[in-house]
Formats: sequence, structure tokens, C-alpha cells
Amino acid sequence: MNIDKKITDDLAANDVSFVTTVPCKQLAGVIEEIDKRDGIYHIPSNKEDEGMGLCAGAWMGGKRPAIIMQNTAIGVTINTLATLIQYYRMPLPMLISYRGELREPIACQVEMAVHTKALLAQLNIPTYHFHHQADVEELDAILKYTFMCNKPVAILTDANFWGGYGDQ
Amino acid sequence: MIRSEILKEIAPILRDQLVVCNIGIPSQELHAIDDQPTNFYMLGTMGLASSIGLGLALSQPKPVIAIDGDGSVLTNLGTLPTIANNVADNYILLIVDNGSYGSTGDQPTYAGQKTSLTKMAEAAGCERVIECRAEDTGRVLQEALDAKQMTIIVSKCESGNAKMPPITMDPVVIRDRFMKAVQA
Repeated sequence: MNIDKKITDDLAANDVSFVTTVPCKQLAGVIEEIDKRDGIYHIPSNKEDEGMGLCAGAWMGGKRPAIIMQNTAIGVTINTLATLIQYYRMPLPMLISYRGELREPIACQVEMAVHTKALLAQLNIPTYHFHHQADVEELDAILKYTFMCNKPVAILTDANFWGGYGDQ
Repeated sequence: MIRSEILKEIAPILRDQLVVCNIGIPSQELHAIDDQPTNFYMLGTMGLASSIGLGLALSQPKPVIAIDGDGSVLTNLGTLPTIANNVADNYILLIVDNGSYGSTGDQPTYAGQKTSLTKMAEAAGCERVIECRAEDTGRVLQEALDAKQMTIIVSKCESGNAKMPPITMDPVVIRDRFMKAVQA
């Protein structure tokens, strides 16, 4: 199974047509797939809170948005999640590279990893953790759930899900 | 001229357009001067009016005017390259540049000192950037609408706020009526 293609197919099948991204090594393949997909407007953002602003506007304009980012961005976006996305009750699927988990080679990434689920729980954000490749089968249902309830929803995808970091 | 005087003057132009208005006193002033379902008031999240406006402009065909402040643009400077590289000809960013953080007590911003947001927008790659005097804002805004070309307007005005009540409308109501106006 090509995970990058499967994720992009699920986004397209759920009418997601506006995707903003801040890159991560683990997300490179899916970002590339989204970038070349007709029917999805890919708009890279410079910071994740900016990206959430773009997504809020896109949704009010009639498009279904999504954001792709690293878990470090949870630290950047708490105010935006609380005072924009949640306060105005907007749907936002967040496909998140969960750095600092098993098979992580960079120690500093662990420092935000240990806070990630606690912060999402504190914000009452529904959170799913993809650890094995087969977990991606739930993505379609998660997207439907997100646009049903008009909430931000986190999909944490760790290194094991993406197949690790090569030989590291 | 202060921001509220500009808003009063351009209210007849804004009335028929989709407007995304900056957090704090700017939204309170616009709400008090001429509340419209076509106005999206930001109640929080400093800095994102220009991003919300761009996302909206890229996703539907009606003209969108984002009213932002110099302090708010400075807090989200990454917005300028994103705007420059994702051209939406139905998008106008109106930066009311009074050189101060109006909602927090008129502390000076760097835009009122050495920093030029006009030049920063140009350096970011924005192609139609117009700096104007406060008194000319209405004319420049109307010309930008008529040009049907993405425009960044930097309106240089004096620091100061009108005393207006806070917006008590529920955010979901603001958002819902705005979305209905977008679709109308």
C-alpha cells in the first residue's frame, strides 16, 4: 500500500479541496502527492497558525480544508485552536507528524512529543494515533467524523506508521 | 484622521462586500458603525485577519476585503509572502497603519518607526501595493475593487480609538450569518 496516495485519495473522496502544509520529513511524500493532485488547492504556509487562518477562510468560502503539520505546531497553535477554530465551531482535520515517538533519532523532538497528547486532551480535541500502517484504514471515517461535528480533529502519525527513518 | 473616521468614510463601500475585520477595537468600531451579515468579526486570534481573508478569496469568487492593522500584520508577517505567491484577484488587504497597537493602549509599533509595511509587502512579491493618506482610503479602495486585481493598501493614519461597546454576538452566529451571506 502506498500510504501517501491512500491519504490523498481519502482527502479527495471526502471533498477536501484546500490543504495547507508546513513540512516534515515524514510528510514529504504526502505533501508531494497533494501538490500534484488536481482538485486540491495546496497552499504552503509559513507558520501553522497562519495555516489555520487560511483554512478558516476556505471553509467559510465553501471548501473543505485540512492542515498538515508537525506535532511541534500544537505549541504554536493553541490560541488559534481555542479562539478561532473551536470558538467559531469550524471543522479542521489536522494530519500531524508525531515526532519524538519510537524510532525518533532527534532527542529534542521528544520534548514536545511528551506534551502532545496532554495538550490535545486539555483542548478536548478528538485525537487518533496511527502507529501501524493498517491504522490508515480509519482515516476515511475520521474525516467524515470531523465534518460531521465541526471540530478540529488530530491524527497523530508516528515514525513507525511511516516506516521509520531508513537505517537509523 | 483616525481609524474609526476611515471606517465611517468607507462604510458605504464595505457594505456590499465580504469583509474580514481585525480583532479588538477595529471590529467593535465597524460593528457599531455599520453591522452587516457580510462582516466577519474576529473576536480573538490576533494576526489572522489577512490569512482568513486570503483563504476566503481563494475559495469563492466574490470580492473579499480584509481590514487589518499594522500591529497585527507585524505579528503574522509570513502572511505577506503567502499572499504574494497565491494571487487571488478578488482579494484586497487594507492595512490601517496607525503606527500603534490601538486595542491595547496605543503602544507604538515598529511600523510607525523605521519599518515600512508597504516596502515589506513589495519585497514579499505583492504586485499591487498602494500606500495612501487616510483621507484617500475610500478612493483607493474603490479603485482596487474596480481594478479586479489583488491589492494591498497601506492607509497611513493617526493613532486613536473611538469608544465603542464590545461585540456580544455569539461567534457561531457571526460565522453562520457570514457563511449565508457568502453563499447568497
